[in-house]
Amino acid sequence: MQCSFVEHRNYKVVYRRYASLFFLVGVDNDENELAILEFIHLLVETMDRHFGNVCELDIMFHLEKVHFMLEEMVMNGCIVETSKQNILAPIQLMEKTS
Amino acid sequence: MDLSLNPFSSGTRLRDMIRAIRASKTAAEERAVVRRECAAIRAAISDNDQDYRHRNMAKLMFIHMLGYPTHFGQMECLKLIAASGFPEKRIGYLGLTLLLDERQEVLMLVTNSLKQDLNHSNQFIVGLALCALGNICSAEMARDLAPEVERLLQTRDPNTKKKAALCSIRIVRKVPDLAENFMGSAASLLKEKHHGVLISVVQLCTELCKASREALEYLRKHSVEGLVRILRDVSNSSYAPEYDIAGITDPFLHIRVLRLMRTLGQGDADCSEHVNDILAQVATKTESNKNAGNAILYECVETIMGIEATSGLRVLAINILGRFLSNRDNNIRYVALNMLMKAMAVDTLAVQRHRVTILECVKDADVSIRKRALELVYLLVNDTNVKPLTKELVDYLEVSDDDFKEDLTAKICSIVEKFSQDKLWYLDQMFKVLTLTGNFVKDDVWHALIVLISNAPELQGYSVRSLYKALQASGTQESLVRVAVWCIGEYGEMLVNNISMLDVEEPITVTESDAVDALELALKRYSVDVTTRAMCLVALLKLSSRFPQTSKRIQAIVVQNKGNTVLELQQRSIEFNSIIQRHQSIKSSLLERMPVLDEASYLLKRAASSQATVSLTKSAPSAASGGSLKVPNGAVKPPPAPLADLLDLSSDDAPVTTSAPSTAPNDFLQDLLGIGLIDTSTAGGAPSASTDILMDLLSIGSYPVQNGLPATSNIGSPGQVTKHAPGTPQVIDLLDGLSPNVNAAYPSITAFQSATLKMTFNFKKQPGKPQETTMHASFTNLTSVTLTNFMFQAAVPKFIQLRLDPASSSTLPASGNGSITQSLSVTNNQHGQKPLAMRIRISYKVNGEDRLEQGQISNFPAGL
Repeated sequence: MQCSFVEHRNYKVVYRRYASLFFLVGVDNDENELAILEFIHLLVETMDRHFGNVCELDIMFHLEKVHFMLEEMVMNGCIVETSKQNILAPIQLMEKTS
Repeated sequence: MDLSLNPFSSGTRLRDMIRAIRASKTAAEERAVVRRECAAIRAAISDNDQDYRHRNMAKLMFIHMLGYPTHFGQMECLKLIAASGFPEKRIGYLGLTLLLDERQEVLMLVTNSLKQDLNHSNQFIVGLALCALGNICSAEMARDLAPEVERLLQTRDPNTKKKAALCSIRIVRKVPDLAENFMGSAASLLKEKHHGVLISVVQLCTELCKASREALEYLRKHSVEGLVRILRDVSNSSYAPEYDIAGITDPFLHIRVLRLMRTLGQGDADCSEHVNDILAQVATKTESNKNAGNAILYECVETIMGIEATSGLRVLAINILGRFLSNRDNNIRYVALNMLMKAMAVDTLAVQRHRVTILECVKDADVSIRKRALELVYLLVNDTNVKPLTKELVDYLEVSDDDFKEDLTAKICSIVEKFSQDKLWYLDQMFKVLTLTGNFVKDDVWHALIVLISNAPELQGYSVRSLYKALQASGTQESLVRVAVWCIGEYGEMLVNNISMLDVEEPITVTESDAVDALELALKRYSVDVTTRAMCLVALLKLSSRFPQTSKRIQAIVVQNKGNTVLELQQRSIEFNSIIQRHQSIKSSLLERMPVLDEASYLLKRAASSQATVSLTKSAPSAASGGSLKVPNGAVKPPPAPLADLLDLSSDDAPVTTSAPSTAPNDFLQDLLGIGLIDTSTAGGAPSASTDILMDLLSIGSYPVQNGLPATSNIGSPGQVTKHAPGTPQVIDLLDGLSPNVNAAYPSITAFQSATLKMTFNFKKQPGKPQETTMHASFTNLTSVTLTNFMFQAAVPKFIQLRLDPASSSTLPASGNGSITQSLSVTNNQHGQKPLAMRIRISYKVNGEDRLEQGQISNFPAGL
């Protein structure tokens, strides 16, 4: 199993593969790589909870929703929230009203 | 879908557009779809179409993701943000963060909207504004809106609080002065229970510590207890379904707190003491069978290494490290290697113990691990273990992948140079590396090798013999061939006569003709690289002096390149042939052993140049350090070729201007070959053009000596003869007839003469800039009528640049009672290859009549 970290110039890329989809995160050198791996998984799980059995097409056709979700999780490179419930609450609210 | 409203409106839904894009089979198809959509969106924007704004923005974002330009949508974002509905604002803000960045001026226009939204009653809208601000605000915006954000840190809603905290991070990053405003709130917020708030606040504290010393001190005093408590609570907490990952509650919070502890405890014994216990607890209790646990342990070990930990704690950390290192999971091993690098600073001995495992990792199948391990090995090298370590690395060099070879070679060369007290060992290692991966060896490395060899007379015989053997075995590695060829040329007689053999050597029989064979082979077969072949030619020339019997044969070989299409080789071939044939008298002194290359100054130069310094202004020769002839080098920024290029290593056509990095290696060469002591402090020495130096060398001409350049008659330095601007005719003149060329300056010419006027040119060249010539034109009126509206124009071929200065006047008095003068400067980009040529046009008025005269000047003196 290949290492999930690739060094590129003075950054690192942490990636994780889910079937045919790759999630890449660029981090600087003092970031905890293993934590980022966990974070990617958290993101995928959150999307899964929202879309139900999320697949690539879900992300593609609902790009804004994915962005909203990401906005609830990461801001300016820092983690905002790690509870799926808290992350999805505003999004579900918005969907209910529109 | 009301198509009549807007004929261009595509009316497609977002998903239809996406489907259309995905269905495109070629890039051109996709571009067509995107173009159509963009046109529709642009039309909608300019019509201020309200209906589909939301959808259009979403489309625009998708198009942006694909990489197409979307700046026309920026104003639309602003309009959306200013709208009152939540969905509009939402998509507007999202568009803002995606389509713009802080450098755009449009961003400033949003400040007002942001301010209003930050004060909105709807907390979701406040959240939106904070999010946008936190992602892309610029420094001015940060300053403007900081008070609002500060206030929001105190609200009751945890969602707002957490976003406000993260927004503050950005503000503090952009405007570090504001850090003090936030530290109080940050410290008090650590008492919160909500995990989202906690994690945001912890990150805020970390950022504050980085931004301001004062904040760091404040937090040290006020927050350490709180942090310990947080970590303890979350570590001991029972199962919390929302935050649980692999049995651990909120590992992200763990990690952030640990990192903050590291920042606070670094260099502070007090703080470190406080956190000792909890660190020990976390380090021992956390399970390491899942990634989440390992992530926490990783952060824990980093923190222990970073603070002033007790020795017990350190031992704990090193143990965890050891476990990680032997884990089968590649990610864990990578992380372990990372930790080891940090651990070097703390406990080198512990790291040395793992040396064997680390060496194994250098040979690992995984690319990232190999890289990390190699860097670690480089740090581990010290005087005691350098020999076995190097041996391992060189052995591995043979079997490693090509993309890794380059890194590995560079590291080995660097290690070997640093720890080379034993010259023989250094030479051996370098020869091995050159043989295996010479093609990856950088230029300055093998230059250094040559410097070393030239400074170690007792090892020269050994070197040349080893290199000869290596060359016989294989000639595929460029650098090896170059070094070998140089040595054979220099120390040929040592090779053939087995001079100064070392104990470890066995005698080999090499005849003179064998040596010439080797060089011939290198010249003809081994490579097409011009530099190498040029070096071969020089080496052959040297051998023709050292082995007089082979002179005829060498001449035959050299002459074969007389018609070579590469100018450098052709030139050398002709000149060397000339030397061998006609100048036997001076040949041996020309080709004496080279002066010892000054190691100290070379290393100095190399260090200085690695900081990309340009100027290598040489002064007139100061105290010579052993060489028989020290000649100042060319000017600061000359094209490489005219510079003394004793090793003849720059073979490319001289570029007109050379940038600093590219001249650096060539300039080394100049120093390398001991041309003048590098005395950069005395920049007063005017550089002289190479041709002038040549004149002096051969004591020819009454050329005014510049700056005390001694007109020496000592023709000592072997390569001097070869040093010249490409194709400068004067050089060849010198060699051919040794005839004095008295007037080294260029004679003035009558460029143009007609019944009406005469034009003369005077020339001046700046030393060191052979391609540039300043010409002074002077016009005389040969008639008895005054000429008015005098205008001179000139045209030059493409490879010449011309600059005309304004003329002294536009009236030319009659009968030569006065003249008009005008300066021009030309730069001949193909100086030496093509002569100067110019077409001129002179227009004037005589007696009210316009006249025009044209002509071509082709009698420019040669060498311009």
